[in-house]
Amino acid sequence: MPRPFTPKAITANALLEGDVIYMSADGIWVRDLCLAQVYTDKETAERALAEAAKDGSVVGAYLTDVKPTENGPVPTHFREEFRRTGPSNYFHGKQVAQQDATHV
Amino acid sequence: MYKYNDFDEAFVRNRVAQFSAQVARRIDGSLTEEEFRPLRLMNGLYLQLHAYMLRVAIPYGTLDSRKMNQLAMIAEKYDRGYGHFTTRQNIQYNWPKLPDVPAILSDLADVEMHAIQTSGNTIRNVTADHFAGASADETVDPRPVAELIRQWSTDHPEFQFLPRKFKVAVSGAKEDRAVIKAHDVGLYLREKNGEIGAQILVGGGLGRTPMVGKVLKDFVALDDLLPYLEATVSVWNLLGRRDNKYKARIKITVHEHGIEEIRRLVEERFAQVKPAFGGIDMVMLDEIRAAFAPPAFRSAPTETFDAAYANDPLFRSWADTNLAPHKAEGYAIVTVSLKTPGQTPGDASAEQMRVLAGLARDYGHDELRISHEQNVILPHIHKSDLPEIHTILKAAGLATANIGLVSDIIACPGMDYCTLATARSIPVAQGIATRFDELKLEHEIGPLKIKISGCINACGHHHVGHIGILGLDRAGVENYQITLGGDGTEDMVLGDRTGPGFSYDEIVPAIERILKTYLELRDSPEETFLMAYRRLGMAPFKAALYPAKESAHAA
Repeated sequence: MPRPFTPKAITANALLEGDVIYMSADGIWVRDLCLAQVYTDKETAERALAEAAKDGSVVGAYLTDVKPTENGPVPTHFREEFRRTGPSNYFHGKQVAQQDATHV
Repeated sequence: MYKYNDFDEAFVRNRVAQFSAQVARRIDGSLTEEEFRPLRLMNGLYLQLHAYMLRVAIPYGTLDSRKMNQLAMIAEKYDRGYGHFTTRQNIQYNWPKLPDVPAILSDLADVEMHAIQTSGNTIRNVTADHFAGASADETVDPRPVAELIRQWSTDHPEFQFLPRKFKVAVSGAKEDRAVIKAHDVGLYLREKNGEIGAQILVGGGLGRTPMVGKVLKDFVALDDLLPYLEATVSVWNLLGRRDNKYKARIKITVHEHGIEEIRRLVEERFAQVKPAFGGIDMVMLDEIRAAFAPPAFRSAPTETFDAAYANDPLFRSWADTNLAPHKAEGYAIVTVSLKTPGQTPGDASAEQMRVLAGLARDYGHDELRISHEQNVILPHIHKSDLPEIHTILKAAGLATANIGLVSDIIACPGMDYCTLATARSIPVAQGIATRFDELKLEHEIGPLKIKISGCINACGHHHVGHIGILGLDRAGVENYQITLGGDGTEDMVLGDRTGPGFSYDEIVPAIERILKTYLELRDSPEETFLMAYRRLGMAPFKAALYPAKESAHAA
């Protein structure tokens, strides 16, 4: 039996800065996971990924597991938690740049 | 220090121009990522978890003040004010932006540096003993040979699309400080009947399938060395498994075909390639050698050193751990620790790099080295200058007296940066170093090498750590396996796994239990952890690590 589809978000790295980005509900790339669109069915998710991956301003788009919460989606795996936050040895990366959703 | 000739200069400048155009074509959309990826990797540019990462080669770990100052400038101008020195004697910048990379490479070219072949399936940056040209136990300075190999392997037309990466290391001393036996090819330079040559080891490597290098040939005279290397890489280039990435390294080729068969094929190929060299390699080596002539060592009294050693306990402690015997009288080799407890192993701020550059220029014959253990070496320091140097290092936060001790830990970047990582390594290193600093047990424990990798690729050399730690992802949770008894020297031994791994929160206490067990069971303070492990075996450490299980068995 195929495994049930779990909620996903689309993530990638920005071509110029290389930082982590997510696809929002408005169809634009954002820096903050809590603003990401959550896909709950496989077909829509894969179609959206195929579309997103065509964008030349991003690298390596893929679907990642998320858990929807009141404050938006959160990661289910620690790797995605680090991608969302930044490294643990310095206060660098997204933890300093908790900026508003911005366009790529 | 080797100086670029016109050919080197033109080659590096051309490559900067080529790559600049490639970056521009990537940004304007003419190149897809699929097309661009191999091009950026050929120039040391990775895309990591949070940003791009640029890996800059430091050939055989050798720098001068001009180069170090430029690395500091780049860290400040294009990155976040620091750089990370790696186990392959490279420096990595963790935060460059793609449009800035051509300018960085151009700034590197200004000081005769580059990022060529620091990635991809090519012959990578050649590493060497970080005490080269200075150590009292050295018979042959490995740097001229390493530089010759760098020139030969850079853009070598036959070896740009190898089955996998290929790493070469060179040492010419009694003690192996360059982990020679864990390289695809390792060279022990030595003298035999008045002639200089090398023992050639092949098929060593850590990673997924760790193997100790085997002797390919016991002695190859210097004038046969480059043709012999070319023959070796050439044989592997054809035989190596291109069907399976995990079986592509030469260690697997040697394992599958047997060392005798590889030796036979290399000899056969050697006979073909040797005539093509025609002695030009030796002419080049002679020119290179002149660039590595020893500096003019001075003869001076060392009373200031003796006085500081007698009167200043901080200086004494630092001198006891961070100095190594130099071949010239009155001199010492200084290892500057980049492992202050709580800091990231191998990281140096731009300001610290400038301080180190200044010390090298003012006191150290303008030489610096990066060790595979992620520290910085001032190879030629007259002892009378050491008290002053110690004072300057202290002010820069660089005077930690811990070389070869618990907190002098090798750690790869792990999942804080690396896309390949399966767990973090840096915070584990920070946790262990901080804990033993609190316990004040470091000097009591004595010589110990802890090495941590955040995935099976083993950039942190965990297999050859006296205590090795490997971070894995076990069902979505970080899990750390421990190995004991590894040894990265000329008597290389791969460590033994203790048993099931430990969670992120359990790993530091687990290391503490191992070391407390060692302190309880050692014969005397002279018996190091490694010696005690060899005598006692795994059992007492296993009992300390897994007490519940042991008692369950007993019951």
